[in-house]
Amino acid sequence: MTETTTQPALRLQDIVKTFPGVRALDGVSFEVMPGEVHALLGENGAGKSTLMKVLAGMYQPDEGLIFIGGGQVRVANPMEAKAQGIVLIHQELSLAPEMSAAENIYLGELPCKSFGRVDWKALYARSNAILERLRCRFRADALVADLSIANQQMVEIARALTVDARVVIFDEPTASLTDAEKVVLFDIITDLKAQGVGIVYISHRMDEIFTLSDRITVLRDGAYRGTLTTAETDEDAVTRLMIGRSLDLSQRVAAGEVGEVVLEARGLSCAPLYEDVSFQVRAGEVVGFYGLVGAGRTEIAETLFGLRTPNAGTILIDGKEVTIGSPQDAIRLGISLVPENRKEQGLVLGMNCRDNMTLPQVGDLTTGPFVSGGAEVSIFDQYRDRLAIKTPSWRQPVGFLSGGNQQKIVIGKWLSMQPRVLIVDEPTRGIDVGSKSEIHNLIRQLAGQGYAVIVISSEMPEVLHVADRIVAMYHGRVMRSFNAGEVTEDSLVQAISGIGNGKAA
Amino acid sequence: MLLTRLKAGGPAIAKQGILVAFILFMIVFSLASDRFLSMDNVMSVLRQSAIIGVMALGVTVVVIGGNLDLSVGSMLSFATVLVVDLHDKIGPEMAIPVMVFATLCLGAINGFLIGFLRLNSLIVTLGMLSAIQGLVLIYSGGQNVDIVDQSGTWFRFFGRGAILGIATPIIIFALLALIIHVVMSMTPFGRKVYAVGGNPTASVFSGIPRSRVVFATYLISALCVAVAAIILGSRVMGSQNNVGQGYELQVLAAVILGGTSLLGGSGSIIRTVLGVLMLAFIQNGLILMGQPYYTQWLVTWAVIIIAVWLDVAAKRGRLFSPIA
Ligand SMILES: Nc1ncnc2c1ncn2[C@@H]1O[C@H](COP(=O)(O)OP(=O)(O)OP(=O)(O)O)[C@@H](O)[C@H]1O
Ligand SMILES: [Mg+2]
Repeated sequence: MTETTTQPALRLQDIVKTFPGVRALDGVSFEVMPGEVHALLGENGAGKSTLMKVLAGMYQPDEGLIFIGGGQVRVANPMEAKAQGIVLIHQELSLAPEMSAAENIYLGELPCKSFGRVDWKALYARSNAILERLRCRFRADALVADLSIANQQMVEIARALTVDARVVIFDEPTASLTDAEKVVLFDIITDLKAQGVGIVYISHRMDEIFTLSDRITVLRDGAYRGTLTTAETDEDAVTRLMIGRSLDLSQRVAAGEVGEVVLEARGLSCAPLYEDVSFQVRAGEVVGFYGLVGAGRTEIAETLFGLRTPNAGTILIDGKEVTIGSPQDAIRLGISLVPENRKEQGLVLGMNCRDNMTLPQVGDLTTGPFVSGGAEVSIFDQYRDRLAIKTPSWRQPVGFLSGGNQQKIVIGKWLSMQPRVLIVDEPTRGIDVGSKSEIHNLIRQLAGQGYAVIVISSEMPEVLHVADRIVAMYHGRVMRSFNAGEVTEDSLVQAISGIGNGKAA
Repeated sequence: MLLTRLKAGGPAIAKQGILVAFILFMIVFSLASDRFLSMDNVMSVLRQSAIIGVMALGVTVVVIGGNLDLSVGSMLSFATVLVVDLHDKIGPEMAIPVMVFATLCLGAINGFLIGFLRLNSLIVTLGMLSAIQGLVLIYSGGQNVDIVDQSGTWFRFFGRGAILGIATPIIIFALLALIIHVVMSMTPFGRKVYAVGGNPTASVFSGIPRSRVVFATYLISALCVAVAAIILGSRVMGSQNNVGQGYELQVLAAVILGGTSLLGGSGSIIRTVLGVLMLAFIQNGLILMGQPYYTQWLVTWAVIIIAVWLDVAAKRGRLFSPIA
């Protein structure tokens, strides 16, 4: 650790926290100096979010001490944490969807006039000022439910800026932000830093961590592994500390022979979300759909999965025109969709891991009229091992898993269907580097086995790494289609920002 | 509130909380009255609880699926009046299937409105509660109906008969509880009901036909009402127009007492049976202690509040996180 003369803004000492069957934190120590960005790293389920929730008063530690500004404190609940100037921006959004952005930003301390009437004018003025500072394009009176996930994330961040913060914790803030929004976020973080605020930054993205942070602390299986000074280390060293080995990201699994066209869309439209979209996916091929959030990619996926009705165009499977009126139709045709939003669309949080994973095929896993628990467990075990899912047992309700492990359950759920066409929408959101490359390899392997795969991603390295062909989209239209070998980052960026002429794939 | 609340885990402790309360009640009552635990009394409590019990089974399925059914009370009036009235007109062997079919139709209306049209179940079934009561009065013209030959018909078996000394209603209740328990905990259909109640959107994304599942839960509820009507009609050998009035609340009380969450997605049939028995024994105990019947209402209310509180406390104990 660096020798300093000033007091840390925050210090945690030997924190222990257990849940039934899980030792989530095993004597972890951690500190943040004023004006420092301290990155917290670790695999999915390593205990990062738990540590921060202890700090924010949402969990009580079993053992250990918390010091703020030098003095020891007990943080009994989130209100106390806030009073101490600790602000946590959650990994999982925690907004009230039926309220306006402004009400969410100032929830709990709405500006008031006499007789406790809300001062709406002041509320909207102040909120708009913050949103402007974040360069958001929506107004403070917008309903949160109507905002995109990225914009909801911005509201969550805006909320933190209303408090006179001593320490601000960002738990995977960029998981659903576009590059432009990230730039804004990083500016904000630099501002806060200049004001002497201590920042804790949790992310699985190495590039962000190396741009932003001053120090990096690594957790593994709930234990403290060490703290590195960012300027004196590199990605490889951090990765080794985190997962115990190096990762070779340059290699990619070769896909097999590219076969016949399995899935084809001709002039598919669902105005105003997307229009005149045509593409083909062959067996053994990974097609990446790249574009900004809101380019219409998710909506195309939902159409292919029978969740939306197109108003023009046709879908063909094996050269035959099909109507996909419902997800059941899609599943029957061998199409799987790993949806974008795991908590809303992917999981039944109160249901256990095994049942979640086998949900789409539970009707087929039967002996006589009964669900065969044994068959289910063996599917679960297989994909738990393959995806390295961390859970004390299959009986654990999915809601108790860490964010990344929840995502893996969703992926396992759809892989285990052994689909012919696998569509994955932002598959590695919130997933640690080790598992991420594991999932990329898996996607490549599946293609190698003859699956037709569509990967929707807003991460350029991801599409470049997994896709054989890249379809670039902008504002609901296919701009260009590239072969993996011949694409450059520049041409991709141009295509998805609408520069250059539109041309169907 | 975010749809993303956690409803998991808690039941294990909550169930024990309710069990403990149940045992405590039994001890207190058996000390207060030696009749309380006599074979006679236990059997008679079980027999009397069968009607509410059978209906509670169906309502549990609906509630696990994320909805409510408040129409079961007047549906019971309808079914009982119908089966008793038709008994003398077309004979019991025809009256029963006709009544079952008609009751299923009412369930189908609920299921259609709530499952396929996605209307709010509270509003739909509350409306059905009075609509069906109206239907009963139109059908009967306000007259109470009776079976003329009460001792000669085999129809008496369901309410007044016994097998190996055990009253038929108890046997019907036990068998139906077992069947529905197996359906809910061991079949794909049961799993789908839990999924739809737990997260309707994710269920749709998993290829579960949400509307059909909800529809089916209302058919099951109606079927249970039909069975209850057979027991009731056969026991009373006649029916008043409003015989089922107020049953919906008793039934819901038993379901809640059993720890089934009104948010949907969790709960169990066996625990509903426990809730039914607890309610029945408490009411019986109070009568044996010489309390007037209206004390039961107060005590029942208090018991439900305590049970719900235990349930919530158990969940919070395991899950501190206010965001969950
Ligand atoms: N409320 C809870 N009940 C039971 N177990 C829990 C609970 N919260 C977290 N856990 C467990 O504690 C461990 C640490 O979880 P945590 O959410 O802190 O991981 P994380 O490092 O934030 O992972 P990720 O990168 O996936 O977000 C996991 O194994 C998780 O399953
Ligand atoms: Mg986390």
